[in-house]
Amino acid sequence: MDYLFDIMLISLSAALINNFVLYYFVGICPFIGVSRQVGMAVGMGSAVTFVMTVAVFLSWTITTLILMPGAPLSAWVAGFFMPADKAAAIDLTILTYIVYIFSIASSVQFVEMYVRRFYPPLYKTFGVFLPLITTNCAILFACLTVMTNIVGVESPEEAWDLGRALALGIFGGVGFTIAIVIMAGIREELDLCDVPQAFKGTAITLIVGGILAMAFMGFTGVDSGIRVAVTGAP
Amino acid sequence: MANFPTPLERFVQGILPENPVYRQFLGLCPTLAVTNGLKPALTMALAVGAVLLCANVIISLIRNLLKPHLRIVVFTLTIATFVTIVDRVLAAYMYQMSKTLGPYIPLIIVNCIIICRCEVCASRQPVTAAAADALGQSIGFGLALASIAAVREILGTGMLAGYQVLPDVWPAWVIMVLPPGAFLTFGLLMALVNWVDTVRSKKTGGRG
Repeated sequence: MDYLFDIMLISLSAALINNFVLYYFVGICPFIGVSRQVGMAVGMGSAVTFVMTVAVFLSWTITTLILMPGAPLSAWVAGFFMPADKAAAIDLTILTYIVYIFSIASSVQFVEMYVRRFYPPLYKTFGVFLPLITTNCAILFACLTVMTNIVGVESPEEAWDLGRALALGIFGGVGFTIAIVIMAGIREELDLCDVPQAFKGTAITLIVGGILAMAFMGFTGVDSGIRVAVTGAP
Repeated sequence: MANFPTPLERFVQGILPENPVYRQFLGLCPTLAVTNGLKPALTMALAVGAVLLCANVIISLIRNLLKPHLRIVVFTLTIATFVTIVDRVLAAYMYQMSKTLGPYIPLIIVNCIIICRCEVCASRQPVTAAAADALGQSIGFGLALASIAAVREILGTGMLAGYQVLPDVWPAWVIMVLPPGAFLTFGLLMALVNWVDTVRSKKTGGRG
């Protein structure tokens, strides 16, 4: 019960309350660039959700097995070269960024090849967006959030397990999709409006984004409210 | 090589004519995320500038060894290395600031400005042009960040870099330092830049 409740809160928070785009400002480039039509926005959103899930899975696995202080796999490998006490204390967290960006780039490449070969209809829906999202900040941001919740916690019991990490990955992507689809819907209407010359293009999109962010601020505090209502304690 | 801009042109272009934020719409994530105060904004600009300079110089030095299909990977790994260095340096000497900037320092890796400059300039031109380009783009990025941050901080708190600039009667617009303020300020400033542009081009058009 507690566990499911925790997963639910993480999902709700990632999708709505702390929306990746409108609260953390990650993934702004596609949010501005690929939000002209609803169809394209849905394709982009599903591609990001898919890659984010894969990337979060990879980064959780790599961090837990190899990168974090005293990780089992690297300790086992290091055991061949150095005394056991030194091997157990091995800490590779400094490599985190390089390993993450490399695993994201290569997983995007493999996903693209796999989808193109085995699911041509799916490839038609979001295949063209896959290379673009290698350098999408939202993906790396999700991986870094997972890392902070594994390495940065006070006691080992608080570290996230795979379920929590995947919840963040999937619902972070869903949140991104919600934001970009709403944005695309508004922009399709905007094309019919008489926007002042200076605001045409990116400027008006940013203003609309600001109003959307204000609307999403209405979700602030929902998670702590639910927590109080369910557990009875703050 | 004759068609490429000289180092001086690269430097000048980066500051205003090809400003990375207002003209090329690059690096928008940090532009919106860390501009709730002037200090974090300038630190961010400095960090991006340092990474951009190092990455541009290195890429320019090895540009003849690059294979076309592998270049993006090489760019990203080079950038990731320098970002790790900057991240460690910040954590060592400015611990509080590195806490404030949080995940946005590692997110410099996927900052489009750096990859774009590596691709457009550093992988084609010699070291001096690449370095001048990096300096110009960094100054342009810093100016853009500072302008947004100054507006947001003054309206949101009545202070600038921690000093009181507006009288106490100012009802601090908290919304300006919250996420929506970032979008609104940036949108309005970009409209201002566009408007100044149109007015200026009309003037020169009339004379010419």
